[in-house]
Amino acid sequence: MSAAPIHVALEPGADLDGFRRAARRLIGEQRPPEAVVWSSGGGCDLFGPSPNADGAPLMLPKAVADLIGLAALHSDPERYARLYALIWRTIRGERHLIEIASDPLVHRLQAMAKSVRRDIHKMHAFVRFRQVHAAAGERYIAWFEPEHFIVAAVADFFVTRFRGMSWAILTPKGSLAWDRRALTIGPPAQRGAAPDRDDFEAHWLDYYESTFNPARVNPTMMKSEMPVKYWRNLPEAALIPRLIQEAAPRVEAMIANEARMSEKRTPQKAVAAMADQAPASLEALNRIIMASEPPAPFAPRAVLGEGPVGARLAFVGEQPGDQEDIEGRPFVGPAGQVLNRALAEAGIARNQTYVTNAVKNFKFKPAGKRRLHQTPTAGEVKHYRWWLDRELELVHPRLVVALGATATLALAGKPLPITRNRGPADLGGRAGFITVHPSYLLRLPDEAEKRAAYEAFVSDLKRARALAEAA
Amino acid sequence: MNIMDPVLAKKLRILADAAKYDASCASSGSKGRKAGADAVGSTTGAGICHSYTPDGRCVSLLKILLTNYCLFDCAYCINRRSSNVARARFTVEEVVSLTLGFYKRNYIEGLFLSSGIIKTPDHTMETLVRVARTLRQSHGFAGYIHLKTIPEASPWLIEQAGLWADRLSINVELPAADSLRVLAPEKDGASIDTAMGQMSERIDEAREERRRFAPAGQSTQMIVGADAATDETVLSRSAALYGRYRLRRVYYSAFSPIPEASSLLPARSPPLKRENRLYQADWLLRYYGFSVPEIAAGGADGMLDLDIDPKLAWALKHRDRFPVDVNSGEREMLLRVPGLGAKAVDKIIVARRRTRLTLGDLSRLSPGLKRARPFLIADDHTPGRLMDRLDLRDRLAPGPTQPGLFD
Repeated sequence: MSAAPIHVALEPGADLDGFRRAARRLIGEQRPPEAVVWSSGGGCDLFGPSPNADGAPLMLPKAVADLIGLAALHSDPERYARLYALIWRTIRGERHLIEIASDPLVHRLQAMAKSVRRDIHKMHAFVRFRQVHAAAGERYIAWFEPEHFIVAAVADFFVTRFRGMSWAILTPKGSLAWDRRALTIGPPAQRGAAPDRDDFEAHWLDYYESTFNPARVNPTMMKSEMPVKYWRNLPEAALIPRLIQEAAPRVEAMIANEARMSEKRTPQKAVAAMADQAPASLEALNRIIMASEPPAPFAPRAVLGEGPVGARLAFVGEQPGDQEDIEGRPFVGPAGQVLNRALAEAGIARNQTYVTNAVKNFKFKPAGKRRLHQTPTAGEVKHYRWWLDRELELVHPRLVVALGATATLALAGKPLPITRNRGPADLGGRAGFITVHPSYLLRLPDEAEKRAAYEAFVSDLKRARALAEAA
Repeated sequence: MNIMDPVLAKKLRILADAAKYDASCASSGSKGRKAGADAVGSTTGAGICHSYTPDGRCVSLLKILLTNYCLFDCAYCINRRSSNVARARFTVEEVVSLTLGFYKRNYIEGLFLSSGIIKTPDHTMETLVRVARTLRQSHGFAGYIHLKTIPEASPWLIEQAGLWADRLSINVELPAADSLRVLAPEKDGASIDTAMGQMSERIDEAREERRRFAPAGQSTQMIVGADAATDETVLSRSAALYGRYRLRRVYYSAFSPIPEASSLLPARSPPLKRENRLYQADWLLRYYGFSVPEIAAGGADGMLDLDIDPKLAWALKHRDRFPVDVNSGEREMLLRVPGLGAKAVDKIIVARRRTRLTLGDLSRLSPGLKRARPFLIADDHTPGRLMDRLDLRDRLAPGPTQPGLFD
């Protein structure tokens, strides 16, 4: 085509929408890249006032669309011409052009996109807020000078990160303001509109200076990662010349300073402190358990073991249920009532035995007003295992009865099927006895089956009692 | 906290200075997390360096000790109990308010908290956990938290730490158990390994069960140049740690002269060049398919060549494996070409499906082409007899300037 080139004038900054509209139309009109002159900053648009008369949408590979989204933010005035050339070639026979990173045009545009990405990353990193006190409370304001038109592109990052703060970021290429509810993208701002001090900043400067190791001074490396063009808006950068100047003398002084042999190198005290740190009583252990946080979906209240230290028999269940969580005591719900009855029938006084759970908090799923029991995972059982072990060490029963699969897993350290291992067992080095959990008896649907299972449970308890008495 | 507090300022100076010998700075590897409506914080996956100090190191986290009082007496550590360094101790609330004050001004990605051992390891670890818990629970803080874990502390404390922290780390400190006995008499190599093992097991398990437990994994640090360990010993230890405990990172810290040095470790300039070569070798282990014996074969007597990078050193000793044709060579071999990074290799592999690559094309794909040239065949280039030249090493060795850490 030999006609005079067509002018396309886009809005100042990154006019991504305008570019997309224009590109669609130009492709539709089959105008080659050399027949288009792009300008940015307003002025006459030869397309005239018909923004709705777009061409058909362009079907571009995703990688091309992504590249356009980034490179259009570049400050180079040539960006639109290059992007249009990429679109033109991609549409007209070079569908896979974007994959050829060695192509000069692709290479050039990818370098531009990289520069934009880097500028975005550095803006995330180098914005420095200063706190001001406004009538509505504290507010944070920053002045920053990005290289490219990235102000809108960084908004998400700052909104997500500083959601609970009221803040503004002012730049010569536009501004952002967040009032804890809504974001406003505003016009370019002046440096004078940002605060020039924040007393707290002194802590940051102290930190920056103290965290620097003079023995490793390497300004080249620093400048490549924190280019000098950013320094004037970084309060800590003012310290750099002095820190570099003082580094060599500081290191020389350290090296010249003759080392002295310590007079107190014997480690007894530290080693003794370590040997002595485990909780020495059940009360001390229980304090730790109460103060600790359960893993995610558990009720916050820890239900502790109950019964006398030195009890001959200890019973370990799975975890507190709804009723136990409310009352803060183990085995007081429906399963607890079954256990109490069976203990009485087996001739075991509950108040002379120790009763506890492998997992100390109630794991549940809310279902309306009810809280549905959830079986703890192996990892969650392990979370509590060290405590259970310590607890039994302190109670020191003659026999530990594991009620059900979770207790068995916690005590043995590995899953053991109940049916095959029911009866006396070694539970992690302790004399143990495996039987079912009383809640299993409640779940059996058939009455006859239920009665038989209950009888078997009572007879297990009798055997356990005999074993504990013989031990 | 709005204003600058002079007592707090003094503590901060002491306890930041005391923490700076830990090389770890990463704020990476965590899953995306966002603060609620009234709180601050987010994690981005890749991490952000908010500043750089004149030693070229990244400032990403507020890296401080809770206290530098310490019962232990590790010779390489400025905070050992026999040192005359100034001491200080933060309260939990002070660390929390400094972290939030720094975070809200966008100075940092979060907190990296470690501590000297006071009273008992459990007491110390409990206090560290309390800081993390207060930030998360009382302030809804969703930024990054890295807790240094004390291997001598009870296992339940590691469980608690993992609920709040993004990353946990235990420093192995020295590559060999013998040097640990001499230089850190209170530390015990076996308990360090046990604690790392426990941690890795818990992290894996939680991932499988989709529970939150230290989602950014664990890392460690080894001090280089404080004992007689060779680079091969150091790298073998790293390879074992990566394999056994699936560590995210092993940091190498060149032993640096400290004020109040111990006579067990005479002061001298830190072996920064050696540290740099170890990082390069570590990269080759993790991303370039090299094994420790291969890397060691590039140097001599178990030490890496300080003048050239370990990949070039390997290539010069295995010239029969080159040149590699960029238009047909295997990915594994392209990764072994000096000067070609993993990213450049990936671009080459995508581009060569569509076109034949020339030297000009390569110059746009890789910034290290000058070094790569003698090892490559391109559409318009064969290296000729360059490969056989005895002076190839000298021609490719860089000048006396110190290279960047990861180039």
